[in-house]
Amino acid sequence: MTARVLLLHGAVIVALFLLQFVASDYAVLTATRIMVLAVYALGYNILFGYAGLLSLGHAMFFATGLYAAALGVTRLGMAVPEAFLFAAVCGVIVSTVIGLIALRASGVAFMIVTLMFSQAAFLTVLYFGDITRGDEGIVIKDDQRVFSLFGHVVNLADPVLRYNIALVFLALAIAACLAVVRSKIGHVLVAIRENENRTAMLGYDVKRYKLIAFVLSGSFAAFSGAAYALLFAYAGSTLASIQYSIHPLLWTLLGGAATVLGPVLGTALMFLLVDFASGFTSASLLFVGVVLILLVLFFPKGILGTLRQRLWRWLP
Amino acid sequence: MGFFPHLLLAILEGTVAAAVLALSALGLSLVFGVMRVVNVAHGEFFMLGAMLAWFVAKSVPGGPAAGFVVALIVAPLAVGALAFVTERLLLRRINYDPEATIVATIGLMFVIQQLALTVFGADAKAVSAPFTYRIALPWFGFSGYKLFVVLASVALLLGVWWVLAKTKLGLIMRVTQFDRETATAFGIPVNQVYSAVFVAGAALVAIAAVLIVPIQQAHYLMGLDPLLMSFIVVIIGGLGSIKGSVIAAIIIGLSDGIISMFFSPTLASIIATLAVALVLVFRPQGLFGVPAR
Amino acid sequence: MSKRKLIVPDKTLISRRSALKLGGAGAAAALMGPGYVRYAQAQSSEPIRIGFQVHRTGIGAAYGKWYEQTTNAAVKLINEAGGISGRPIEIVPEDDATDPGRGAEVVEKFATQHKCDVAFGTLFSHVVMGSAPRAGELKIPYFVVSEGHHVASGKLNRYTFQPGITDVRSQVISMAPWIAKNLGKKVTMIFPDFAFGYDHRDYFSAAIKAQGGEVNALIPIPPTETSFSRYFAQIPADTEVIYHVMVGPAVLTFVKELGEFYGSNHPPLFGFIDSLEAVSLKSPGLEFLEGSYFWEAYPRYAGAKPTEADTFYRGKVGVDQYGASVSDPNDVSTYSHMFGCWETLYIIKQAMEAAGYKTTADRGKLIEAVEAITTIPEGNEHPQGDKIFNGKIHQVFGHQNITQVKNGVGELVYRTTIEEGMYEPEDDYSKMAL
Repeated sequence: MTARVLLLHGAVIVALFLLQFVASDYAVLTATRIMVLAVYALGYNILFGYAGLLSLGHAMFFATGLYAAALGVTRLGMAVPEAFLFAAVCGVIVSTVIGLIALRASGVAFMIVTLMFSQAAFLTVLYFGDITRGDEGIVIKDDQRVFSLFGHVVNLADPVLRYNIALVFLALAIAACLAVVRSKIGHVLVAIRENENRTAMLGYDVKRYKLIAFVLSGSFAAFSGAAYALLFAYAGSTLASIQYSIHPLLWTLLGGAATVLGPVLGTALMFLLVDFASGFTSASLLFVGVVLILLVLFFPKGILGTLRQRLWRWLP
Repeated sequence: MGFFPHLLLAILEGTVAAAVLALSALGLSLVFGVMRVVNVAHGEFFMLGAMLAWFVAKSVPGGPAAGFVVALIVAPLAVGALAFVTERLLLRRINYDPEATIVATIGLMFVIQQLALTVFGADAKAVSAPFTYRIALPWFGFSGYKLFVVLASVALLLGVWWVLAKTKLGLIMRVTQFDRETATAFGIPVNQVYSAVFVAGAALVAIAAVLIVPIQQAHYLMGLDPLLMSFIVVIIGGLGSIKGSVIAAIIIGLSDGIISMFFSPTLASIIATLAVALVLVFRPQGLFGVPAR
Repeated sequence: MSKRKLIVPDKTLISRRSALKLGGAGAAAALMGPGYVRYAQAQSSEPIRIGFQVHRTGIGAAYGKWYEQTTNAAVKLINEAGGISGRPIEIVPEDDATDPGRGAEVVEKFATQHKCDVAFGTLFSHVVMGSAPRAGELKIPYFVVSEGHHVASGKLNRYTFQPGITDVRSQVISMAPWIAKNLGKKVTMIFPDFAFGYDHRDYFSAAIKAQGGEVNALIPIPPTETSFSRYFAQIPADTEVIYHVMVGPAVLTFVKELGEFYGSNHPPLFGFIDSLEAVSLKSPGLEFLEGSYFWEAYPRYAGAKPTEADTFYRGKVGVDQYGASVSDPNDVSTYSHMFGCWETLYIIKQAMEAAGYKTTADRGKLIEAVEAITTIPEGNEHPQGDKIFNGKIHQVFGHQNITQVKNGVGELVYRTTIEEGMYEPEDDYSKMAL
């Protein structure tokens, strides 16, 4: 791994760490949310950007983590760290099962299969409405978000602490992504994206690599969902809807698919754009729609993808 | 209510549901079949058709029947025009790349939703049927207009089938569907065929919306449901097979009513969506389609 | 070096400016530090900022439009009468897209970016649920106008209030005695298959049982449903009353198909107007509702003898005697909900003035002042009627109305007492830490 790659990604983390000392209260809160959701986008990018598989159903994994954590804490009496672990395990299991089935399809069929599975998951949340409270959802109470870790009492209601927890998650996710991308797995995934048949002919077990990408991606999403539920104290079926499958696609495309930092940049930019736009227009849907269309037409590689093409060829 | 009337109601409702499904899916099936791209904004074209039906009914004097007839002309023309612009400015420029098309039409979906909200407002809008006739059965009543929708959808499906199977235009479309390169080699203007198919698909879904909206209502977020249902029908039926879509619509329409007599309706929807996913995985050509080349 | 030079004159400029502006008091204030300057200004003219979480887009947009119109009318009126403690109200609206995720972000924005004094105005329950934890953590008082049972259930926190509109549990239980006495005791319930519907199911079933009646069939309808006839086949033949509460745009189809199914010969219908808010009862297909009964929080149709307060309120909001916009009779309001915005704003005013609220540091006092409210008299500030506020569960209780549709308008047939909608509190927010 080259020094400048490490330097760049390290610098991003350090910059984010320093941000909390200079930024306004609102910026700290917003950045917390962005970092949690960026983990979702980072995972999405492994599948979409590197392996070239466009999923329209990642909300089901996000929701898996969301509900595993929320129900774990409110119904099963878990402490917060257990709930995180439980959500991650659920994420791995669900994404493995769905991956084994969905990966038998490819191209447009894969997109629709994931869309349909996700819709079924959304309906399942509604079906068990007596437990999930359906669209109204579950609020996690303050005392359920306090836990002790290595002898320290941790309260997730503290915004500064929460910011740093989200930052740790983001840093781990970026590091994991970098490791995957620069490893053999990453290279094989890109080879599959570019030419699946040739990769298979070279003797690689294409199915296994695709499954690895799928499970990694789904688990990131589930972890992000768990963090969302526990840090912001709410889980509801809206967060399992199609809208939340489209979000990570949009973020990844904007920032640049198949670049490690692209999804992070995309999440942040989209967030700020919508927030900025809502200040003078209520037509935020229009805004998102136009951005999507313009991206497809003029910047199919996204911001960092275009930069890599033009300037920084070394960008991972 | 006894078993027989219950069954009769389930069959009647199932037939109407099948007609609604087949109507909404027809345009998507055509576009998907010939162009091999998924138009996510399909549901929004449906919504626009319904909104226009409401707008026309409100503006045209002479009662619901007059409004209905005018809407049957205005809605497909307007929605077709929008589709034409979309095809020229968007799909053609991204060279009908399947993934880019999905992303671009998701964007289009948001744009159309927002414009509909701004122009037509957020409340649900009722549209009068061109005629009201309640068929009074001994056990329950049934809307005569719903049966008219069934007849209209049969007529429309036959019309489209005739164009595809018996006319030169249909032949050209089928050749294009079969293989784009071969079609080009035979001197078929593929771009113009694509354009025509995309516009025709949009116009068909707009007609479907005008027919269906009197038994539902117009609302700016109504597009998602016909989109998902159309996907289900087109996939189970087999991509590009109109006949398959019709059979799928009938199966789903009738079985949905019966499944939800035994299970909860949400469970019925879960089963239907999972069935689509599994059909796609294990029989990608659909139940009635032929494998793609 | 040069940097330092730039800073120094700038600082003096500020204090000089403030001194000029505020005169002697300002000069003294400037000496005492920047905090004091803000305090001095706040006392005189700085507006009270109310963050308005509004459903401009998404599924709640039809309600959001009217919530905004009502809110603006009330704020204009309050400001013309001198505002709150002499300070004008400034509404800071933000669209939450009727989405709980965005709703939570909007509350954060109110608290930290816009520096609002309080947040207000949310209708849809899932947005309230998503947003309330953020309000509690950021310690910004959050006044919802939602009619959900979430606040009163004790699930939320000390900073969340519902002082302008009664909750669904109260509405439902107050209907049971009248239904059992006048319509029948065997009730079939048709309700949406999610949280809002479950509240109806659970609380009404218990309430009708207490009246010696029973629910003989429960027909939950999934929120994604678009066609309903087959559900009607499940209604037992011996049903004496059909109780229906539906929400969302498919309601029109629901009512139309109910009419087609039964024709003119059907058991009495009792519905919740939630189904038909923002929809004219004269819409095509709704003719068969003629003669049926509705719960209304606040009757849409003014009737022959409206109260003075009602006439006043309609005039200010811009709604005619049929509950439609004065500029467009087809534009029907959400009359049974939007009054909650109006009344909540007056509660905020009342509590802020009682607490001597000056800055966000006084939020604790404001919370206690709202909790201390007990009876609320009818009047221009509370046109829907008098109310009783329960400070323990942060929920208001009021009169409910039963109207019957005659010639396409709902005429009042019964108005409940407040007591008919009361229940034992399930929790006590006022014991929680501030």
